[in-house]
Amino acid sequence: MTPSLTKESLIKESVTKESTAAYSLEAADGSKVEPLDIDRIRRDFPILHQQVNGKPLVYLDNAATSQKPAVVIESMNRYYREYNSNVHRGAHSLSDKATAAFEAARLHIAQYLNASGREEIIWVRGTTEAINLVAQSYGRSQLQTGDEIILSQLEHHSNIVPWQLLAEQVGAVIKVIPINEKAELDMAAYRQLLTDRTKIVAVNHVSNATGTINPIIEISRLAHATGAVVVVDGAQALPHLIVDVKALDCDFYACSGHKAFGPTGIGALYGKRELLEKMPPYQGGGEMIERVSFSGTTFNQLPFKFEAGTPAIAEAIGFAEAVRYLEQFDRKALQAHEDRLLARAMELADAVPGLSVIGQAQQKASVFSFLVDGLHPSDMGTLLDQQGIAVRTGHHCTQPLMDYLGIPGTSRASFAFYNTLEEVEKFFAALQKIIRLFA
Amino acid sequence: MTGVSEKALFQSNPLGSTTTLDEVRENFEFLDDWEERYGYVIDLGKQIPKMPDQYRIEDNYVHGCQSQVWFIHYFDPESNKLYLLVDSDAMIVRGLAAVVLTALSGKSPQDVAAFDMDKLFQDLDLLRHLSPTRGNGLRSMVQKIQTTAAGL
Ligand SMILES: Cc1ncc(COP(=O)(O)O)c(C=O)c1O
Repeated sequence: MTPSLTKESLIKESVTKESTAAYSLEAADGSKVEPLDIDRIRRDFPILHQQVNGKPLVYLDNAATSQKPAVVIESMNRYYREYNSNVHRGAHSLSDKATAAFEAARLHIAQYLNASGREEIIWVRGTTEAINLVAQSYGRSQLQTGDEIILSQLEHHSNIVPWQLLAEQVGAVIKVIPINEKAELDMAAYRQLLTDRTKIVAVNHVSNATGTINPIIEISRLAHATGAVVVVDGAQALPHLIVDVKALDCDFYACSGHKAFGPTGIGALYGKRELLEKMPPYQGGGEMIERVSFSGTTFNQLPFKFEAGTPAIAEAIGFAEAVRYLEQFDRKALQAHEDRLLARAMELADAVPGLSVIGQAQQKASVFSFLVDGLHPSDMGTLLDQQGIAVRTGHHCTQPLMDYLGIPGTSRASFAFYNTLEEVEKFFAALQKIIRLFA
Repeated sequence: MTGVSEKALFQSNPLGSTTTLDEVRENFEFLDDWEERYGYVIDLGKQIPKMPDQYRIEDNYVHGCQSQVWFIHYFDPESNKLYLLVDSDAMIVRGLAAVVLTALSGKSPQDVAAFDMDKLFQDLDLLRHLSPTRGNGLRSMVQKIQTTAAGL
């Protein structure tokens, strides 16, 4: 077929060529990956095509929450338009349909995370609730005075505070894995911290503040050798990595739909079946019971035992749709593209005087946390926003990490696969303008 | 919060005396792009005299800010005038605080308490900085100033 040489097709052709040139990449393991058509991918995300403060939106706040492809939005719309109904209870067709979709969504997430079955996936509101559930149900029933919980210096408040509450309740002790100058966990120190009193090791898979990817397989192996269970905060891993809970061999894995192109208000807690079986319920109410009487109540089986009340049905369906959306891609190609964005940012950062990158781990997701001498992150955020660029500034809910680094906070640009090299370049051009303004 | 007796410190602040609100309003009208507008805001911030370290203490700290903000005042009962000083480690917050000082410092406590800051920030197209979102320190600062004035 000979393409007709209209102006439009020429433009389109040159764009595609450029994209192909830019995105024909090698994966981290050196294998060739299919080139990505980022322009086409961006068309799946309606929100990206707008102006903010008179400039095209450059959305680099993906670690706070990711944007949603149209298929996710539509799946939730369809639920409300066509088969909204309560699940597991109705004696009617709509309820059957809603229940089927809701449980299919659970199965999809279970398969995606490589869990052993759908009963290992508990719906929660998000990572925060998942961790609280583990702390209050598993922790409270299993830990005793003097038992030890190991966290890391890199943790989000969501993976600190629930453990502090638990420690208060049962008299447990919290220990913290330190980090090195690149913001990588000090694994030698971790080995030292593990004792036969260690009952829980709770760490994130990927740090939201520095992008560090932690060696979960090794962390699990060492923890299991001393009989501790491993709880992984996977909030930031889901949007970047292929997560396989069997390969990681963690005991619990917590994640949020909204960080991985799904809706807010839904997340998943994976737990190993034998652990979930022996845990008491977390909250009481409808759905989670088998039979209630005033002389005693018997609880429903897994996973419903942990799901009191009407769940977030549309959100669960939307979450599974987000995963389905991701599955159409060669994930290695998405990762390679994100790595490329980060590498470009690091390259451009070299040319900015006074800029320091916070977190330079060898294994790192596409999170670019930085400081510029004499420029407060809050000013940076305001002035980037004036140029249509969305970043996050502040402590990123990791105050202990900021204290450890001796800084009040950072500015953070976090990239998703729908970001482009051009956007990274725009971001740096905007940054240079700001620096000039303060000069 | 501390009432400070160093009158001279407050008198060295041009905002609200030699730099007037009318002048600031007029200047804003001539600025069109964000660089000029925020450049001007930053310059206004530079006019605030440096707050001596002894006042940068918890009592004077304005909570709820992404940046650190301190606020002190001096009330002269004879002239019935309230003088204000603000400090922040973020330049834009400092500059916006300078706009607030220009509007309020050296006025009577009654005028300070009654001043419609939202209206001013709306006129200057800066209202977003006063939005009642989580962690908006500028708003807490304005509230703190107006509560102080109302209590005099
Ligand atoms: C590493 C990490 N853990 C936990 C959370 C909390 O996730 P959510 O607010 O969805 O519960 C976040 C989100 O900010 C995060 O980045």
